[in-house]
Amino acid sequence: MLLTNLAILVLAGFVGFAVISKVPNTLHTPLMSGTNAIHGIVILGGIIVLGLGVDGFLSKLLLVIAITFGTINVVGGFLVTDRMLEMFKGKRPPREGEGEGES
Amino acid sequence: MSRSDLVSVLYIVSFGMFIYGLMGLTGPRTAVRGNRIAAVGMAIAIVATLLIPGIGNWGLIVLGVAIGTAVGVPAARSVRMTAVPQMVALFNGVGGGAVALIAWVEFRHTAGYADEPTYVAVFSLFSAIVGSVSFWGSNIAFAKLQEILPGRPISIGPGRTQQVLNLVLLGIAVACAVTITAGADAEILMIGLLVAAAILGNFVVLPIGGADMPVVISLLNAFTGLSAAATGVALNNTSLIVAGMIVGASGTILTNLMATAMNRSIPSIVAGGFGGVITTGGGGGGDGEERPVRSTSAADAALQMTYASQVVIVPGYGMAVAQAQHAVREMTKLLEAKGVTVKYAIHPVAGRMPGHMNVLLAEADVPYEQLKEMDEINGEFSRTDVSLVIGANDVINPDAREKADSPIYGMPILNVDESQSVIVLKRSMNSGFAGIDNPLFYSEKTSMLFGDAKASVGEITEELKAL
Repeated sequence: MLLTNLAILVLAGFVGFAVISKVPNTLHTPLMSGTNAIHGIVILGGIIVLGLGVDGFLSKLLLVIAITFGTINVVGGFLVTDRMLEMFKGKRPPREGEGEGES
Repeated sequence: MSRSDLVSVLYIVSFGMFIYGLMGLTGPRTAVRGNRIAAVGMAIAIVATLLIPGIGNWGLIVLGVAIGTAVGVPAARSVRMTAVPQMVALFNGVGGGAVALIAWVEFRHTAGYADEPTYVAVFSLFSAIVGSVSFWGSNIAFAKLQEILPGRPISIGPGRTQQVLNLVLLGIAVACAVTITAGADAEILMIGLLVAAAILGNFVVLPIGGADMPVVISLLNAFTGLSAAATGVALNNTSLIVAGMIVGASGTILTNLMATAMNRSIPSIVAGGFGGVITTGGGGGGDGEERPVRSTSAADAALQMTYASQVVIVPGYGMAVAQAQHAVREMTKLLEAKGVTVKYAIHPVAGRMPGHMNVLLAEADVPYEQLKEMDEINGEFSRTDVSLVIGANDVINPDAREKADSPIYGMPILNVDESQSVIVLKRSMNSGFAGIDNPLFYSEKTSMLFGDAKASVGEITEELKAL
């Protein structure tokens, strides 16, 4: 099991390297923000440990906090990235004045 | 197909979507879609996890998700585009915090990894250390960017004390981890590990100057990714491993790209970069005497630009703080109506995050073609009549090119000083975020227009209308 997981680990590392090898400066912020949202995946860890059962109030409390944190990371991360990227979009066709924008 | 097979398949789908989404994020055209694909992948991964046979404690899980959503959604919705860097720092921090907490509970739940294989303990403890460092480091980064803490480097003790202290803290954390792995089941060790890593996180980021903060956030982002991957190995969860590792690897590359754009090496940044080199105060240069600066008025600035054939606007963090991007866009429209060619020169690290200016100007509807990257625009300054610098400082500092003892020597800059004349909009004569003096401000080509960037641009716009 360990070896399979290590193999996955190494391969995923190379995929990560390959995907981000050439990114325009313009997109560094959204990209950072997007990858930031993806590591909110730790919420899965919280759900698994809590869901499969732990004893004691403190452990449960810590996990609820962990899941809360993970959710903030995921939801907030994707939303912020989306808002940011929406501003890049629709700039190429020389804009037919629709300017709604949320902020 | 059994339920756990279904979970595995869904995990494969989810990380496939992460990779595909991330590929989309690397191009402006596909980025929005890429981000949404990754978000759907995340939703699938969460659903799959809830389908794992034997999952219970639903109430508590829902509670955590509900609180997280209640906090995260409004925060992400309402944050101003100028404040995105610190928001990313904060989101990154909570991710790291979650990793550390999960490791702590793992420790408690398994009675110090008593019946677990050694590798589970190793990966789990690794994630605890890195997660804790990332949580506290990100919080400090947030506090600095939000200006709760001063942006300038804060170091503890003279000379190398800081680095020695950091090594000692790391040593303590690792020693706790080794003792636990060797079989000790004392919660005090786990708490000691988390606390040592927490202090380390604080100490590592505190001495780093504000100008380096984007690189630090990116680095901490990579750290959180790696710690999530380690959690995945400890919990035997492929989706966690793949997603965490992709973020870890891509974050590392991204950090490297940013550091290169600033001509800084990651080790020197982490070792307290600017803080180590600069003596206190903004002096830096030898001749710290009061030198004359020429200040100008909005009317003069407007006149000067109207008679220019090409104006290059150089935005920096000052524009972001003043929320001046819309005002700038309006001013630009007037100039263009008068037949002036207007371009924007975007330094890769202008603002507090690479690409920060692009986001803001895109928000203000500035056409994409007018935004020029450094390499593109640098050849054009000699043909530019007026460069209008809006709240930028370090990215136009000629010292980076000319003065070998300057802390920013070697950083690629925008050659604003080559244009016919320069107008600098600035709040006061305070030195920039990096705390370094800028000789450009004392050049005879340069005139300064003091005041809030948005107000100044507004005044110029009024003058332009009157002309």
